[in-house]
Amino acid sequence: MKELGDRIYRVLLVLCVLSVIADLFYEKHAYFWWENLIGFHAMYGFVACVALVLVAKQLRKLLMRPEDYYDR
Amino acid sequence: MIASLTPGLILVAGGLLLPLVPARLRNPFMLLLPLLGFWQLLQIPDGTVQTLQVMGLELTHLRVDRLSLLFGYIFHLAAFLSVIYAFGLKDLRQQVAALIYAGSAIAALFAGDLLTLFIYWELTAIASVFLIWARGTERAFTAGMRYLLVQVASGVILLAGLTIRYAATDSIAFGPIGLDSAGGVLIFIAFGIKCAFPLLHNWLQDAYPEATITGTVFLSAFTTKLAVYALARGYAGTEMLIWIGALMTAFPIFYAVIENDLRRVLAYSLNNQLGFMVVGIGVGTELALNGTAAHAFAHILYKALLFMSIGAVLLRTGTANGSQLGGLYKSMPWTAAFCIIGAASISAFPLLSGFVTKALIMSATAQNGYVWVSLVLLFASAGVFHHSGIKIPYFAFFAHDAGHRVKEAPPAMLVAMGITAFLCVAIGVYPAPLYAILPFALDYAPYTTTHVVTQMQLLLFSALAFAVLMRTGIYPPELRSTNLDSDWVYRRALPAVLGALGRGLGRISALGAKIVGWAQRHGNARLQRHYGPEGTLARSWPTGLMALWVAIMLVVSLVLYYI
Repeated sequence: MKELGDRIYRVLLVLCVLSVIADLFYEKHAYFWWENLIGFHAMYGFVACVALVLVAKQLRKLLMRPEDYYDR
Repeated sequence: MIASLTPGLILVAGGLLLPLVPARLRNPFMLLLPLLGFWQLLQIPDGTVQTLQVMGLELTHLRVDRLSLLFGYIFHLAAFLSVIYAFGLKDLRQQVAALIYAGSAIAALFAGDLLTLFIYWELTAIASVFLIWARGTERAFTAGMRYLLVQVASGVILLAGLTIRYAATDSIAFGPIGLDSAGGVLIFIAFGIKCAFPLLHNWLQDAYPEATITGTVFLSAFTTKLAVYALARGYAGTEMLIWIGALMTAFPIFYAVIENDLRRVLAYSLNNQLGFMVVGIGVGTELALNGTAAHAFAHILYKALLFMSIGAVLLRTGTANGSQLGGLYKSMPWTAAFCIIGAASISAFPLLSGFVTKALIMSATAQNGYVWVSLVLLFASAGVFHHSGIKIPYFAFFAHDAGHRVKEAPPAMLVAMGITAFLCVAIGVYPAPLYAILPFALDYAPYTTTHVVTQMQLLLFSALAFAVLMRTGIYPPELRSTNLDSDWVYRRALPAVLGALGRGLGRISALGAKIVGWAQRHGNARLQRHYGPEGTLARSWPTGLMALWVAIMLVVSLVLYYI
């Protein structure tokens, strides 16, 4: 299972690189100038998800209660 | 006759007749009803308007246009698929409730005036709560009670709004309403509650995960999308909706990341998807409204598919908690595959339904120059893949093996999931038929190189972020927990404040009673009996009951009209 996970991870890395390289080979039709930057959506997706998880993790400190909080 | 019958009433009538049907024929009978209803819908030409006089008011019980037709089609389809999913069910109460709920939601779509809308609006609320109560647990009962209170409140606010509007404009027609009058604002709030606007949203995450396995599938389709439809008709182009919608896409995903109950995770992502539709209504151009309608259509299918697959997991393992699941792909490979299709659809992978529908809303938002909103929607798109697309299938079917060795989902559930998954793929691969039935003519190519490549970048790097966070151990583990949300206000804060007030009043009255003696104490007791927390005059039933009676009276008069 661990090995399979590693293999999937490597495939994912290759696909990520390919998707950014693809940006070099076509003319983008974007609505905003920054969308024309190479790999903008890649960067945005990565940063957005890391930020999402880090913020959500902090929210746990504020929001998390025992499972039976409302039953007591 | 058949063309002047309000669509949906076939399902309602079928639900009322169901107890008379022999038990073993009930499920086949239920399956026929959405088909019959759909056939009847096809008999009604676009543009049909039918009115009737009730107690001196002219009610438009049937108004058919492309917007109501589109929602009518998908509601019938959702009812059909949900009935297949629930084919093994032998619970008459749930079956009757489901049919009346689906039927009244469909009927509401064709209401041409606000009073008719109100009747069906309340009927969906009352019928649907039985799908929650049927779970039979204490938690389900109290969650259902809260759900019913919120839903009936939405109806009562709608009734107040339409009354004020009638007094001001002498019309109860249900067309564009707008926010420039008090009645309009009240109706907006009523719709907003049912659409789970931020801070008005928590009934959804509170109640849906407590419903029965099949009940949640029904619930996920109708109530909130009826509200989306109502907003699209009444408030298209209302700019405030853009900001409300953007907020709706963003904040639920933080909760979805830390929530353990996977059906509750799905309820949060349902809320997030409604946000996209609400943004589309706010932008209000033809492209945007087409986007909202198309996205609602696709969303009903993939959301139902996700609830179906996690429902099957709950049925087989007895839990939907991420912390107690994992490794199920070996025992339930088909369910896992269908779940992944649903997850990829909601994440808007190319060749799946979400890709061809969400794009319309994103394009319309960008075209109209809403820079920040576009960035928020992009963030929410990455986030929805992260928590719905990856988290749901990963924690249920993969991750660490939790040791469940169970049977695959029952055949009926697999059939329902299979058809729904097929439709998710079909819409993604060949969106032309869906585009053709949208409210406005549409000339849109979803599969441009730019769109496919940028979307793949967004999704692949979101997946990479998940993988990196997992491998480094930063990703928060699934924990058995309750996360505080806006329902805390009425589940904890208000009861605490009222309790303290009550105790305070009790002490004061006790003190007063001591001072002025027995006679006074006797009077106070009487006061307590009528006005105290348990007193007759302090109960909250009159408005709800009144609304119910009005609804019953109007339904009776509708029925009498047909006879």
